[in-house]
Amino acid sequence: MIRVVLPPHLRTLAKVSGEVTVDVSGQVTQRSALDALEARYPMLRGTIRDHDTHKRRAFVRFYACEEDLSHESPDAPLPDAVASGEEPLLVIGAIAGG
Amino acid sequence: MSAVRVLVGTRKGAFVLTSDGKRDRWDVAGPHFAGWELYHVKGSPADPNRIYASQSSSWFGQLIQRSSDGGKTWEPVGNKFSYDGVAGTHQWYDGTPHPWEFKRVWHLEPSLTDPDAVYAGVEDAAMFHSTDGGQNWSELSGLRGHGSGPHWTPGAGGMCLHTILIDPSNPKRIFIAISAAGAFRTGDAGKTWKPINQGLRSEHIPDPTAEVGHCVHRIALHPTRPGVLFMQKHWDVMRSDNAGDQWHEVSGNLPTDFGFVIDVHAHEPDTIYVVPIKSDSEHFVPDGKLRVYRSRTGGNEWEALTDGLPQRDCYVNVLRDAMSIDSLDPCGVYFGTTGGQVYASANAGDSWTPIVRDLPAVLSVEVQTLP
Repeated sequence: MIRVVLPPHLRTLAKVSGEVTVDVSGQVTQRSALDALEARYPMLRGTIRDHDTHKRRAFVRFYACEEDLSHESPDAPLPDAVASGEEPLLVIGAIAGG
Repeated sequence: MSAVRVLVGTRKGAFVLTSDGKRDRWDVAGPHFAGWELYHVKGSPADPNRIYASQSSSWFGQLIQRSSDGGKTWEPVGNKFSYDGVAGTHQWYDGTPHPWEFKRVWHLEPSLTDPDAVYAGVEDAAMFHSTDGGQNWSELSGLRGHGSGPHWTPGAGGMCLHTILIDPSNPKRIFIAISAAGAFRTGDAGKTWKPINQGLRSEHIPDPTAEVGHCVHRIALHPTRPGVLFMQKHWDVMRSDNAGDQWHEVSGNLPTDFGFVIDVHAHEPDTIYVVPIKSDSEHFVPDGKLRVYRSRTGGNEWEALTDGLPQRDCYVNVLRDAMSIDSLDPCGVYFGTTGGQVYASANAGDSWTPIVRDLPAVLSVEVQTLP
């Protein structure tokens, strides 16, 4: 089981408050984590990554353990602390600025 | 007693405004989907409690929301808009080929008879259709596959399919408009399409009378006379008396023939409304005066409607989907501004009052006339 922190708009869409937890089968990667997240909350499909290409949307970033993992391979293992549930995977909407 | 429900899409959410048939006291509900852009919200003519909303953001992309209780509660439905086959290219602003990329849904047009059937007009320009209440969407690719598709070019606001008009006398005949490609017509429910831009003249393209490339901002028809079309083009207000085969200009005495909205009176097919806008760069009303112009002659002769509208220091715009007309008698006319006001006239435009003054910038206004 991993922990995921969604940005406020996506928490509203998924009708959740605070962080969510999802079970990931096999190795914990960005892809497997997002697959599990979208399976549990299908309304999130297309909002974090493209429906077809699964490419991360341009204004969305992935952080964990004080690292920016946005440009890591989607199939690279996430940090052990994320895989163990000790630390959350943060899905971040780019700051609006202004 | 009759009632009306006005569905307002804004830059930061959707609002539902309701009144009885007198249209003098209003309840304002919302914002729904706070913080998101609502390009369009429209109800089904077959079931007014069924409403579709296009919700989008630069961050999280496109969502489609559906209500089955008149806008009180909503559920997200399908948001996958995949172009049919190889997407191909259209022209970019600099004239080079650019891949077709889905950006957002500009317009939702529910079927006249089936609450579960709805068309979507999207950017980059294409038309999609759902027959299961918005859960699944498929492209009507005959439009984008029209031979001219690779030559379509975006306008400054994006290459959007923004207008969908279904002919009530023959629902297989549909008129659409794209910025900046022009108007198109199908007679077979979207399988094949024909450009209908003859008579338009646009100085921003190499051949001002080309088959495609015209920046059509909006088209409108009266349901009892669907062969007569009215158009607000980037410049010029136009009219066609043969379902778009040929257009002629009816700008007449308008202070400027630039604008976005155009709509038709509910009971008088030759009474039409526009809101002239100063352009090319300003995009606000001329002289600081918010004026709706009405023609009772199907164009050419226009009168300014100003009673109740600000006549000084006003610099708002009225965007292409931000006017709507109810079917009561006298008909009500509604429009929203980029300043966040929604104005209503319960007497076909003779006088106006603001329903609300301080919403986020209004992107769309649709009215439902309820039993």
